[in-house]
Amino acid sequence: MSHIPDGLKYTEEHEYLRDGDEPDIFVVGITDYAQGELGDVVYVELPEPGDAFGPMDTFGTIEAVKAVSDLYCPVAGEVVDINEALDDDPALVNTDPYGEGWMVTLRVDNPDDVEALMDGASYAAHIGE
Amino acid sequence: MRTPISHPPDFAARHLGPHADDVREMLEFVGCDTLDELMAETVPAGIRFQGPLRIPEGVPEAELLERLRVIASGNEVWRSYLGMGYSGTITPGVIQRNILENPGWYTQYTPYQAEIAQGRLEALLNFQTAVIDLTGLEIANASLLDEGTAAAEAMSMLYGQGRRRRGHVFLVAEDCHPQTIGVVRTRAEPLGIDVRTGPPEQFAFDREVFGALVQYPATDGCIRDYRSLCDAAHAAGSHVVVAADLMALALVTPPGEFGADVAVGNTQRFGVPMGYGGPHAAYIACGERFKRQLPGRIIGVSVDRHGNPALRMALQTREQHIRREKATSNICTAQVLLAVMAGMYSVYHGPEGIRRIAQRIRKQTATLALGLEQAGNAIVHPVFFDTLRVRPSAPAEDVLAAARTRRINLRDHGDGTVCVALDETVTPADLDDLLAVFGADASAVVLAASFEPEDYPEPFNRTSDYLRHPVFNSYRSETEMLRYIRRLESRDLSLTTSMIPLGSCTMKLNATTQMTPVTWPEFGQLHPFAPPGQARGYARIVAELGAWLAEISGLPAVSLQPNSGAQGEYTGLLVIRARHQALGQGHRDVCLIPSSAHGTNPASAVLAGMKVVVVRCDDRGNVDVEDLAAKAAQHSDRLAAVMVTYPSTHGVFEEEIRNICEIIHKHGGYVYLDGANLNAQVGLCRPGDYGADVIHINLHKTFAIPHGGGGPGMGPICTTAELAPYLPGHPVVPTGGESAIGPVSAAPWGSASILLISWAYIALLGRDGVTEATRTAILSANYMAVKLEEHFDVLFWWGSGMGRVAHEFIIDIRPIKKTTGITEEDVAKRLMDYGFHAPTIAFPVPGTIMIEPTESESKAELDRFCDALISIRAEIEQIELGIQDRQDNALKNAPHTAPDVMADSWAHAYTRAQAAFPAPWLRDHKFWPHVGRIDNAHGDRNLICSCTPIEAYADAGSGD
Repeated sequence: MSHIPDGLKYTEEHEYLRDGDEPDIFVVGITDYAQGELGDVVYVELPEPGDAFGPMDTFGTIEAVKAVSDLYCPVAGEVVDINEALDDDPALVNTDPYGEGWMVTLRVDNPDDVEALMDGASYAAHIGE
Repeated sequence: MRTPISHPPDFAARHLGPHADDVREMLEFVGCDTLDELMAETVPAGIRFQGPLRIPEGVPEAELLERLRVIASGNEVWRSYLGMGYSGTITPGVIQRNILENPGWYTQYTPYQAEIAQGRLEALLNFQTAVIDLTGLEIANASLLDEGTAAAEAMSMLYGQGRRRRGHVFLVAEDCHPQTIGVVRTRAEPLGIDVRTGPPEQFAFDREVFGALVQYPATDGCIRDYRSLCDAAHAAGSHVVVAADLMALALVTPPGEFGADVAVGNTQRFGVPMGYGGPHAAYIACGERFKRQLPGRIIGVSVDRHGNPALRMALQTREQHIRREKATSNICTAQVLLAVMAGMYSVYHGPEGIRRIAQRIRKQTATLALGLEQAGNAIVHPVFFDTLRVRPSAPAEDVLAAARTRRINLRDHGDGTVCVALDETVTPADLDDLLAVFGADASAVVLAASFEPEDYPEPFNRTSDYLRHPVFNSYRSETEMLRYIRRLESRDLSLTTSMIPLGSCTMKLNATTQMTPVTWPEFGQLHPFAPPGQARGYARIVAELGAWLAEISGLPAVSLQPNSGAQGEYTGLLVIRARHQALGQGHRDVCLIPSSAHGTNPASAVLAGMKVVVVRCDDRGNVDVEDLAAKAAQHSDRLAAVMVTYPSTHGVFEEEIRNICEIIHKHGGYVYLDGANLNAQVGLCRPGDYGADVIHINLHKTFAIPHGGGGPGMGPICTTAELAPYLPGHPVVPTGGESAIGPVSAAPWGSASILLISWAYIALLGRDGVTEATRTAILSANYMAVKLEEHFDVLFWWGSGMGRVAHEFIIDIRPIKKTTGITEEDVAKRLMDYGFHAPTIAFPVPGTIMIEPTESESKAELDRFCDALISIRAEIEQIELGIQDRQDNALKNAPHTAPDVMADSWAHAYTRAQAAFPAPWLRDHKFWPHVGRIDNAHGDRNLICSCTPIEAYADAGSGD
């Protein structure tokens, strides 16, 4: 069973959103389930702060030893900050996906979009847990 | 019966593993009376080939070699000073005999199972290190197919790099080798890249230009300073590729020191015979910042589970089998054997030796220049290494004619000048002849005694050193060299140890007789651009092999140019594209590809300018014909082609194949057949008969070219007569159709010298033998499948009765993973402890193992492999029963090395004997994995792809 914290929002592509420092800023990463499926993460390609994305646009890629996957932007918004620590230590995505392994912070265009995403229980059902 | 006095054509009995009694036993085991009956149950009746193949009867081995001697005499090995990326070279005998002619080095598979491939991985790391040192760049890969495609790969890489913001123009210096320009143009066009050729000093880097290619030294020998060109490119945000000759780089400033972003080139002159075009290893090197875009295989340093340094292929997520249609390159097969040789040439000569060879070549060239000038000839470019462009005092035609009378090939530049390219084989007597050809009567020895070339002037003189690592400075004596080669060989599991039953790879016998002619001088020493009159022997091989492949595939037109299966795919799709364009249907760009396809298919389609539309497969891996029909109809106006593998990647003879072809044809598309699994079809069914328009044939699978540890390969294509006019041409040697697409390889017939192997394979077996090989391969697969079915879930049985498989089959490890946590990878690694190379794992179905025994393995060997798997199944049961721990068990800890089991402490619940000697045959012959299970993630997070001191590995290991 993978870890699915309450109070977060989830996408079908296994990204999560959690509250950031301001009401319209959210922290984006991939779920514990996703990191488990990928295996040892060796590289995360992230956008530049200031880049804007629509819902489910590709904002980066994540590479494991034998898999590569696109990262999808859960809702429309603009990148405020990226987790530069992943450059030196991409394994943070494996060890602490919801904490140190975050990827970007996003200023979302419309906070209502976030509400429409799955909650923990729906996501658990989505991945069959 | 009287004893015959003629030699029997008995090669088939040597090629086929099971003999008559075995075949009977195996048939009985699978529930058939005869092989005919098994074939009838296996190959759909609707596509069965009825006639005998129009291929001659097989011939005895001794007779074949006699015949080859006659064919070889049709080749005339003149002294060729043609250059253009191909040079005479002296292959050190210790390398020729112990690597090129040694099955311990040429029969391994690509090093996906790195723990039993440490020998050639080290050899390839040496190759990368030599390339990195000589080019002055930061990283290099473990070879590309040839210099032309390497330049094209560099272009694609830079194009992908700048896709978001830059233009579509790629500048190419007009004094690059003509075949390189040709290949670059071919590759650029479908990608929408605009190639503009011109003099490099006039390159203008505007916003439209994303990159440029220059040759160093240029094709006519000119050495130019590209510093300001690189600066101008970088100032405009563009990049520069330098096609550079490694031997010249021993003396002149390397590309990495004058600002080049990428360097490419041929390493042939590092001890690899010219072979009328190949195979040779090309290199590509670049700055660290391109490491995630670099095409091909990169060998990197990591650590094993004990923390010891261990090598394996790095950053595999770059590769087509993972990226599929998002890949920027479709390269798969490399030129491992030849890269190993070039790396060993560097080890053998070391930095001083390489420098001495380069200095000798330069002195010879300068000597020739001096003599020619004294006799009134003009040397066009004053700064040169090994190639002179000469404006003769006599008419060029007279000079060329004088050369011919002395059996010398010079390059006619077509404008009254003549190029002469020297190499390490040149002697003073050769120089005297060359001087005489140009009307100079000086003696080379006298001239050479009169002067010494100074160092190259600034900025051309190389001051940095290279090849400083101990490996290039330790093996000067032949004894030491021999032992180093043998030491590495002993770390690799090859066909000389045991069967390598890799699904979809067809690791069959590579017979000694087939390999023998490759190194004969008449075949090995021919320059690819020698006039056709000097290559009549090769012409005959090309014609006969082409005719036989056409007969086997049922498709009449053949191109032997593609250098690998992936390149065959690419070529076939370009031919289809050219046909659509000729019909005014150039907008057709949709390529249907089943989801079960090998990753190379979508990557090739994208490179050929097509859009991939994925067709669903059912849970048995068969094409969902309804979905195919729907998508063909939906894209009817734009349908270009379908790519299908037959038998399917799941090892199934799909009943619907004829129907699939008809649907595609109805909508105006062509059928591309991936021939990776042709070994299940030869003599039984023919792609051309059931509707394919193009097929590529992996000669290194079905037709016995050895895998060489990851190359060479060959991927010729056969097409219908309709597509024949578009078969690829060549800018130097006329070949291909009348409306030929551009060249896809640097040489007109790809790696011509290994065509001999496939020619000999077919000639030895003859029409009955090649068919019997297929029948035996199918029998062996069915035999193993039935034998293993009691112990594992075998997937994808089909047909009536108890069901059949084709020439390969899949066993499912997923149920085992659920109950024990044991994965297909654990099984693969444990097989090493039993002395076996794993089958294909996780393709085409994740969590499974795909086994292809081939026809060459004896029943005893098939039984031994089955016994190993069955024994491993029993070990898994111990975990299921809780007798062995889920984490600390013989599978999770596999493979076990000698230091591992002989350590003073042993803290596992299974014995040392169980760890290393789990089967009786291991007492007789034990292959020891050189390292323990490798930590792939560690190496990918800390990329090191050159030889570094051992201490550095240890530091990296503790820092994680």
